[in-house]
Amino acid sequence: MSVAVSFARRATLLVGLVFLYAPIVILAVMSFNASRLVSVWGGFSTKWYAALLENEQLLQSAKISLAAALVSATIATLLGLLAAIALARFGGFRTRMLFFGALHAPLVLPEVVLGLALLTCFVALGVGRGFVTLIIGHVTLTMCFTTVAILAALRDCDPTLEEAAMDLGATPPEAFVRVALPQIAPAIVTAYLLAFTLSLDDLVIASFATGPGATTLPMRIYSQVRLGVSPQINAISTLLLALVAVALGLAAAVSYWRARRK
Amino acid sequence: MSGRRRRLSLGEKLVIAGPYLWISAFFLAPMLLVAKISVSQSVLARPPYRPIFQPSDSLADIWAKAQGFTLDSYRALIGDTLYVESYVSSLTIAAIATLITVIVAYPFALAMARAPERLRPILIGLAAAPFWTSFLIRVYAWIALLKDEGLINNALMALGVISAPLRIYATPVAVIVGIVYSYLPFMLLPLYAALERQDKSLREAAADLGASPAQVFLRVTWPLSREGVIAGSLLVFIPAVGEFVIPDLLGGSETLMIGRTLWNDFFSNHDWPAASAAAIALVALLMVPLLLWERARLKEERVR
Repeated sequence: MSVAVSFARRATLLVGLVFLYAPIVILAVMSFNASRLVSVWGGFSTKWYAALLENEQLLQSAKISLAAALVSATIATLLGLLAAIALARFGGFRTRMLFFGALHAPLVLPEVVLGLALLTCFVALGVGRGFVTLIIGHVTLTMCFTTVAILAALRDCDPTLEEAAMDLGATPPEAFVRVALPQIAPAIVTAYLLAFTLSLDDLVIASFATGPGATTLPMRIYSQVRLGVSPQINAISTLLLALVAVALGLAAAVSYWRARRK
Repeated sequence: MSGRRRRLSLGEKLVIAGPYLWISAFFLAPMLLVAKISVSQSVLARPPYRPIFQPSDSLADIWAKAQGFTLDSYRALIGDTLYVESYVSSLTIAAIATLITVIVAYPFALAMARAPERLRPILIGLAAAPFWTSFLIRVYAWIALLKDEGLINNALMALGVISAPLRIYATPVAVIVGIVYSYLPFMLLPLYAALERQDKSLREAAADLGASPAQVFLRVTWPLSREGVIAGSLLVFIPAVGEFVIPDLLGGSETLMIGRTLWNDFFSNHDWPAASAAAIALVALLMVPLLLWERARLKEERVR
């Protein structure tokens, strides 16, 4: 490889990574800016973080979002696991195409359409909107992602291992739990985290599905962001980004450590 | 996967019941309801449409009510310049943004695929990491960059490149920038996958036979990566058409996109039949790329 080509590649990688990360880094730096203005550096300050702690509304929304993410990710992972088992192991049962299609459609449908459909349904049934309907909306959206993630892992499992277990006297559920489940455990964890992140981040479905008592953090952020750039939003955004960065760093460290042990 | 159809055992039925009931009750039924509302008449009430069927309806009731179905909402949709313009501008903005995403992502993915092997997992991690961070926050970050008194304009003016701030924020250009940035990982990963599995010896053979680097790219690398380009483009284009957050935060009031028009119609005008008809029309509009995506995915499923 010529020196020029390798230099061009390195430059491309650098430019690409800067494009991906510069806006996030700038946002984080701005959250420590004492000045309210974007373009003026007023000195280092953590006062916007201190202000966050005083903002009851924002804290309350953060709690609701966290609770919704925990609950909906748990339900979505369970339902996704069951759906993936059915799709991977039950062969061509009747209405499989409908089931398969319905589980994949929300992946590609605009969120606005799904949210609108859910809201019309709740109103038609006369259900009051709140935390429960928020959970229903998030599970419906995220169970499609968990199904796909777990299904992919289940397809990579060797079915002959389960057959061997059954030849040795295990019942099909036993064989599944003791042979396949340990193999797909990492995919289940990934699916849970994916559902958790999607729920925590969702604005559109939540706006349709939730009621006045259960305003989520993205909804709160969104209503403030519409008024323009705000240092407090910069601060909470930075906290959320830092949380993800730490989680990803841990995940990378764990997988590195496991790879080395092998 | 065999095409044989069989009955499920009781145990299997128990496994499938949960997800089946959930997806029927909270996805299929609501979608049917929206389709139904789109053909009913708008009334000033709550819910703001005429109820359609009740479980107690006899066949005659259903027939009588079906006479009341109306395509008014669809007719109004075609006559309504706001909606027509929203659809056209959504498709245009999404198409331009997808094209730009390919142009931005391709060299990046190529450089990733040709990087030393030990660096590649790190690069994939870095390319995919933004996916785990908040979409809303990543879009929001661009407001501070693109505004008239934002960082990009200030930097360009300080360098003397421009004398007056460029108007980017609150224009379709800002929406396109937002889409390219937010959906870049969706393009990068399939492109990288397609480029990484290419056999190096094919390029070497072409070069040995006298092809210039440009010819090697155009006649070997690019054609072999087409599948990745198509997959990435669909992954960007489909959600971009129905996007709400990006046009709402970065676009101006005159930047029409269908997701946003729908949202406003639903929440501020309360014309549910119109919004439902618009939603159904949006799904119909996306059918072509959706079917393409479905075909690509089924092909992949069969390969497995």
